[in-house]
Amino acid sequence: MLVNYTDIWTAFLQTLTMVGLSLLFSTLIGLPLGILLVVTRKGALLEQVPFFNVLSSIVNIFRSVPFIILLVAIIPLTRLIVGSSIGTQAAIVPLVFYAAPYIARLIESSLLEVDTGVLEAAKAMGATPLQTIFRFLLPEALSSLVLNLTIATIGLIGASAMAGAIGGGGLGDLAITYGYQRFDTTVMLITVGILVILVQGLQTMGNLLARKIRRH
Amino acid sequence: MITFKNVKKIYQTQDQSIAALDGVDLEIKKGEIFGVIGFSGAGKSSLLRCVNLLERPTSGSVTVDGQELTSLSAKQLREAKQQIGMIFQHFNLLDSNTVFANVAKPLVLTGVKKAEIHRRVHELLAFVDLADKADHYPDQLSGGQKQRVGIARALATQPSVLLCDEATSALDPQTTQHILRLLKQINEEYGITILLITHEMGVIREICDRVAVIEAGKLIESGTVFDVFSNPQTATAKNFVRSVMQDEIPASVQQLIERREANHHIYKINFLGAHTGQPLLSQVAKRFDIDLNILHGSITELQNIPFGSLLVELIGETAEISRALQYIDEAQVTVEEVLADAG
Repeated sequence: MLVNYTDIWTAFLQTLTMVGLSLLFSTLIGLPLGILLVVTRKGALLEQVPFFNVLSSIVNIFRSVPFIILLVAIIPLTRLIVGSSIGTQAAIVPLVFYAAPYIARLIESSLLEVDTGVLEAAKAMGATPLQTIFRFLLPEALSSLVLNLTIATIGLIGASAMAGAIGGGGLGDLAITYGYQRFDTTVMLITVGILVILVQGLQTMGNLLARKIRRH
Repeated sequence: MITFKNVKKIYQTQDQSIAALDGVDLEIKKGEIFGVIGFSGAGKSSLLRCVNLLERPTSGSVTVDGQELTSLSAKQLREAKQQIGMIFQHFNLLDSNTVFANVAKPLVLTGVKKAEIHRRVHELLAFVDLADKADHYPDQLSGGQKQRVGIARALATQPSVLLCDEATSALDPQTTQHILRLLKQINEEYGITILLITHEMGVIREICDRVAVIEAGKLIESGTVFDVFSNPQTATAKNFVRSVMQDEIPASVQQLIERREANHHIYKINFLGAHTGQPLLSQVAKRFDIDLNILHGSITELQNIPFGSLLVELIGETAEISRALQYIDEAQVTVEEVLADAG
């Protein structure tokens, strides 16, 4: 059977688009949420326990919905935002809803790793809350943030494959439609191979970058 | 310089409240090095953290340099904190920042101009003898070097007070000496008031002018280092003093005490200050018909004043010994008989 490389290339670009854009948007949402989860908890910089509890619950609710259900459940919202409920762009909306709370939790755990002594030093110096976040908390957590965002990116690649279910396209979709449904083993192997290389490459890059930040 | 008025710090847990500070009154003078010593959990850490309000007292007032910190707004308090430097047991440096950036941090926070930061940081690094380490990262430094970075950082805003939180507890004895000398130098050259907390009496002996002993959230004893060392009042203070002053009676001497014959009496003679310079024992030997046998002793210096004790055996007639003792007493040294069960 002939392998259509144009299809594979198109699917590859669709995957990059979906993962890239949803990573961007979900980080833009997840980063502030993650910071809020850290600074509003009990005993923290801007302690607001009721706010923390509500925020934490909302994040948990979104995290507990399986992606495939989220994908379908928010179709009306997707249509409202991108004007359509199918296609690559439409897949980005549920991907963001899926990844943003996940990233918020990852960022939260990175920030919680920061030595409390450093934060005490910040307080002793008279740093404002914003200075504490941007000049102490985030720089100290940077290496761990990079590693956790790498995990999130790879998670998004997996989720984007499922987005094929609403016609999102991408490599995962290609592997399912050609390889699984049409028994085209070659295409399936090629797409899976590309996904393996992509994941390996991202993880290696993430590790290198994190080490570079840590070791300067 | 630093005044505590009836400061209480109470931690509320589910079923009980624990008083970390239980009505502390304290007055630290400008330019002195004041040490607070206590076992862990005695409240010394809370006491130190109440000075720059890292912990807010439950009641009472804290005044630093004439400003009552407990009544300031958040913004005023941030400004006041620039007058209070702090160094920590575990240094608390930013691992992601170079030595230069760490020292520059307090200046960056207050918006000091770049050129001025550059000048000031290099001056500070030269002062702590780390001029060549500006571009290094903390994980490339030894513990002593890290603490010197911490000290440079604490001095960046030219504070009038320096708080030291067990600053040498994570360091080896030799490095501890270097850091203590540096603190003394800071105190003398810049006139910065230093408040330090420690559980090591050696630190107090080395650099402090005055000391307070804290136990269960209360200051149970305080005074000049010389007074507390030479005449500790409480059991805790005595314990701390004993930890650095070798007044343990050696086993061989102990045996001698237990075996002693009727006409042998063993006394501990405590020398304070100028008396150490007097040829007291040789005078006693000349004036009275007794023999003197020095069994054990140590004389040290506290704040440049000699201080110590000798364990002396007096051999002779009982009447003659009591006359000799009376003579020693008049020389204003304290003398006490050592008995077998006391050791």
